[in-house]
Amino acid sequence: MKIRQISVFLENQPGRLSALCLTLAESGVNLAALTLSDAGEFGLLRFITSEPEKAERVAKAAGFATISSEVLALCLPNRPGGLAAVLAHLGLRGLSVEYMYAFARRTGDAVMITCFDDVDRAMAALQVAGVRLLEPADLFAGDQPLV
Amino acid sequence: MISRLWNDLEGTFFPESALDFMPVDRLREVQLQRLKTVVSLAYGRVALFRERMDARGIKPSDIRCLDDVRRLPYSMKADLRDTYPYGLFAVPMTEVVRLHASSGTTGKPIVVGYTAQDMEVWKQVIVRSLLSAGFTRGDIVQNMYGYGLFTGGLGLHAGLEALEATVVPASGGNSERQIMLMKDFGVTAICGTPSYFVHLIEVAQKLGIDFKRDLKVQRGLFGAEPWSDGLRKYIEDTSGVKAYDIYGLSEIVGPGVGCECECRDGPHIFEDHFLVEIIDPDTLEPLPDGQEGELVFTTLSKQAMPAIRYRTRDITAIDPRPCSCGRTLRRIRRICRRSDDMFIIHGVNVFPSQIETALLRTEASLPHYLIVLTKRSGLDQMEVRVEITGEMLRDRVGAMEQLQKRFARSIEQVTGLHIAVTLVQPGSIARSEGKARRVLDQREPKP
Repeated sequence: MKIRQISVFLENQPGRLSALCLTLAESGVNLAALTLSDAGEFGLLRFITSEPEKAERVAKAAGFATISSEVLALCLPNRPGGLAAVLAHLGLRGLSVEYMYAFARRTGDAVMITCFDDVDRAMAALQVAGVRLLEPADLFAGDQPLV
Repeated sequence: MISRLWNDLEGTFFPESALDFMPVDRLREVQLQRLKTVVSLAYGRVALFRERMDARGIKPSDIRCLDDVRRLPYSMKADLRDTYPYGLFAVPMTEVVRLHASSGTTGKPIVVGYTAQDMEVWKQVIVRSLLSAGFTRGDIVQNMYGYGLFTGGLGLHAGLEALEATVVPASGGNSERQIMLMKDFGVTAICGTPSYFVHLIEVAQKLGIDFKRDLKVQRGLFGAEPWSDGLRKYIEDTSGVKAYDIYGLSEIVGPGVGCECECRDGPHIFEDHFLVEIIDPDTLEPLPDGQEGELVFTTLSKQAMPAIRYRTRDITAIDPRPCSCGRTLRRIRRICRRSDDMFIIHGVNVFPSQIETALLRTEASLPHYLIVLTKRSGLDQMEVRVEITGEMLRDRVGAMEQLQKRFARSIEQVTGLHIAVTLVQPGSIARSEGKARRVLDQREPKP
């Protein structure tokens, strides 16, 4: 199952990320996972939310340049070697990871949000390897909050 | 109904725009006769012209042929500032029925005045401009030039009324309303600055309105700022609006000094009212037709404020080739550069239009951009800020850096300079509702 990720262009200026977060907050959009990449003068904020259409719409309306793309949410055991085994499997099949960001869950597993150069081939290869790909619903059901 | 123009030469009504097709010999005759009159007027009534002519030992009676114009002294914008507000007026204020003023980005604005007859001539050249660009009675025309001190709004307005088109005096600004008016009123033609129209195309897209599908706008008369052929293509491709270039400047009359015909290969100058020369801006020597230099005008019929060899700062060439439209009026090449806009970076002359050309080569659409000039260690530095759009955005930092490099490479190909390009967020560059501000000069004030 593919997950829709939203990327937003941000100038590397104080207050830009804050402005975007405020815009999303005002519309009640919650960010489940995010990563901010920095290229010097500008950055890309990538995030996953339960309401990607709404997030993209409000960000666009507020004047941000946005683009949505498809990523996979790999559910892996949270222990040494958990990721290594999967990556070895993918590497053997010539699949490469563009970028990933992760979060560990209290349920004992870890979720790797991963962007592949070929998402469909990656999905097939992961299914063969028995890696569980989270549905959006699984991703947002989450565990109990600590804060 | 005024679908025929008053021909002030013959004292008769002429079929519309027939003056544009006058035999060349007759045109030169008219020019000479009018040149003699205007030089006498300027000499007799304007101290600055008289002093300069005296300094050269020239009398109005020395003007015997058209080439004698070359013996006259030049005038320029600084003269208008120095004599602010009325120092170059050749008639008493009781004869002046209209004042206009430039935006005046540095200090005082410049003021221009018109007699009732000047207003009539101005209206006529605008009607001739509109006719040559294919505007007709029956067109519903949205005039988006600013109404007020700027010559664009009221100037076009008078001409449109005289043409008996339906005028929508929208003036500049309030972009969403502009689109609504175009749609609801069934607007068929528009006038305005090209940069503002590019902004409107963007606004329409956001509103989900497609110019080609949802609006009836067929043609647009664009002017008041230099714009490239690339921008014309962009306007026409994205909006389906045929774009005509109208040339003018307040110091000469306002819009209507020249205008493109259906061939759209440079504006025809209304030579019966404006004597055109091209000079070398450094040596001030006149240049032959076809050679590029600074555009210089002498007004042939202006009463309130005659201009003698006024240096426009616009860089172009006279195109003497006959136009297939049959007009006998010579054309100038479209103005893409003003010597005022030029800046020198690492010893290389750069014009904002070159940056525009470079950006259009990289992207299919023209992004909003701003040229920022700063000074570092006594040297001029230049940075180009380019606004990202949703279409340009890629979910890869590397791809965005590539885009940045493509812009820089394209600028380098056009200007020969390696210039820093910064990608900025949409909407972060201020939009202009009149003339576009493409350059932000943060260097120390010039002496």
